[in-house]
Amino acid sequence: MSKLLEVKDLRVSFNTYNGEVQAVRGVNFELNKGETLAIVGESGSGKSVTTSALMGLLPKPQAMIKTGEILFEGQDIVKKSNKEMQKIRGKDISMVFQDPMSSLNPTMKVGNQIMEGLIKHQHMNRTDAKKKALELLDQVGIPHPDVRLHQYPHQFSGGMRQRVVIAIALACNPKILIADEPTTALDVTIQAQILELMKEIQRESDSAIVFITHDLGVVANVADRVAVMYAGKIIETGTVDDIFYNAKHPYTWGLLGSMPTPDSDDEELFAIPGSPPDMSNPPKGDAFAPRNKFALEIDTVMEPPMFKVSDTHYAATWLLHEDAPKIEPPDSVKKRMQGFARTRGDK
Amino acid sequence: MVRYIGRRVFYMLITLFVIATLSFFLMKMLPGSPLNAEDKLSEEQKAIVLEKYGLNDPVPIQYVKYLGGLVQGDLGISFKFSNYPVTEILLDRMGPSAQLGFQALLVGTILGVLFGLIAAISHNGFLDYTSTIIAVLGTSIPNFVFAALLQIVFAVNLGWFPVALWGEFEHTVLPTIALMIFPMATAARFVRTEMVEVMGSSYITTARAKGISEPAIVFKHGFRNSLIPLITVIGPLAVSMLTGSMVIEQIFAIPGIGEQFVNSVFANDYPTIMGTTLLFAFLFVVIILIIDLLYGLIDPRIRISGGKS
Repeated sequence: MSKLLEVKDLRVSFNTYNGEVQAVRGVNFELNKGETLAIVGESGSGKSVTTSALMGLLPKPQAMIKTGEILFEGQDIVKKSNKEMQKIRGKDISMVFQDPMSSLNPTMKVGNQIMEGLIKHQHMNRTDAKKKALELLDQVGIPHPDVRLHQYPHQFSGGMRQRVVIAIALACNPKILIADEPTTALDVTIQAQILELMKEIQRESDSAIVFITHDLGVVANVADRVAVMYAGKIIETGTVDDIFYNAKHPYTWGLLGSMPTPDSDDEELFAIPGSPPDMSNPPKGDAFAPRNKFALEIDTVMEPPMFKVSDTHYAATWLLHEDAPKIEPPDSVKKRMQGFARTRGDK
Repeated sequence: MVRYIGRRVFYMLITLFVIATLSFFLMKMLPGSPLNAEDKLSEEQKAIVLEKYGLNDPVPIQYVKYLGGLVQGDLGISFKFSNYPVTEILLDRMGPSAQLGFQALLVGTILGVLFGLIAAISHNGFLDYTSTIIAVLGTSIPNFVFAALLQIVFAVNLGWFPVALWGEFEHTVLPTIALMIFPMATAARFVRTEMVEVMGSSYITTARAKGISEPAIVFKHGFRNSLIPLITVIGPLAVSMLTGSMVIEQIFAIPGIGEQFVNSVFANDYPTIMGTTLLFAFLFVVIILIIDLLYGLIDPRIRISGGKS
């Protein structure tokens, strides 16, 4: 597979009145052509900041990229000017946002909002752009596109608006589509429809998708690979199978254990104790250690490196060190992982 | 849409009727009469004058007569300028006031919007503070201070424009500048505040994510969404601008409505006072209607029901 995007040691900080907040602290990942990478983590883990950095949309002047490279087709986009980024945004990399109720301009017709990018990047005239906009609305499953084109966002329901947002993102056949919690603000039934649409897009186009979410159920549904983020770092990464059947990091165990499943009614739902660390003053050693009942002494002193589990699977926990005691995931999590593997086998 | 406007016009007429009635009876309740100042008249002469203006009739009859005149566009006869209909006085006086008001409003709003946009774009930058300071000065210093300053600098010292009086276009320049400072500062303040908020909203991020250039985002996506508060304040301001500023017209000796109004009050010239009040009220309700229609034009979410959907 060919590498489309490579993020190397990305560090992003925010300057606030209370000092520097280290939102992203050395993130590394790759994205291959046509694949879907899910970035999972709780609020404040740095997922959205990472994607804002990819888009060149970090709020200035508060946020700054301290170090790191974001190589898009071999070119470092961190070094690009805003003018150069404008040519990439919306054309090569585009984005679907979390809240469809506020991410469309209320005073502009939906058609014009879709056509804008086409006119800018593909240099289409209005007639061609309109034709393409109609196709796009049809493609994202909006009925009567010829009528809908001339309507304003307030005439659309939440789910329909998210389809419009997706149509805008798809307009120029982007190489990378970043979806920042695209289903979080929607009803569960609408969520399923939007996920179905995202999967369809993934099948039909060769766009690679970066899917940001805190919902592991969504991940299992759409992703090829998963990166779990905690406190501004990726702490475990692997294929969906690696993460769901063979998770190695205690934080990932916590996430899996706290996820409700259809047959989990007889088990107690597990919650990760405590809350994420204050990123203006990140703890020494492993940031997850204070919440981790499997924490070792070394966790409070030194940050764990990425240990290789397999060619596709890496995790940053001292538990994988050869000198570490052999610790098995909690029984309930173990049972779950076996359960996931069984249902997967059934399909 | 036509039905909506029709209904609104009907309500406007009711409003004007109420205002006419109120101002009529309030005038009647005021002590004093237009004849007070002229004590040299004999009782007989006074009776003739009162008879002439129908002031001897019982109040209800006067009221009915007044309303009857109103319907025909007749606001009565001025007490002060005998035999001069109020309608004619107002029409004569309206011209200079409206011209000044219109010029000041137009230039002031355009400049204010420009300052506001610049301030919002350079949010917390040097230009932002500069234009905020201008806006604060413009709203807090009364316009007669500017008027006097302008007269000293540009008329007395530099001699570029006439000091006062009415006639050519150059007579309008200084009073226009003095008048426009307030709407300019107001527009700048409102546009800045609103634009800062709009530029932080998600749909602006969406536009950025589409790769749209920053100036295009400001004008195509941002500006229209920040217009609602602007026209909300500019509308009523427009009425006071068009109906003339008493102070500015006095300072520049302009024969406008503001000056006329002051003189009428001193002379107890009731028909002219009531006529002017009604004119203000009329302009006000018309502008409010225009603002409401503009709201719908700017923001489709508040488009009036009954329009084409």
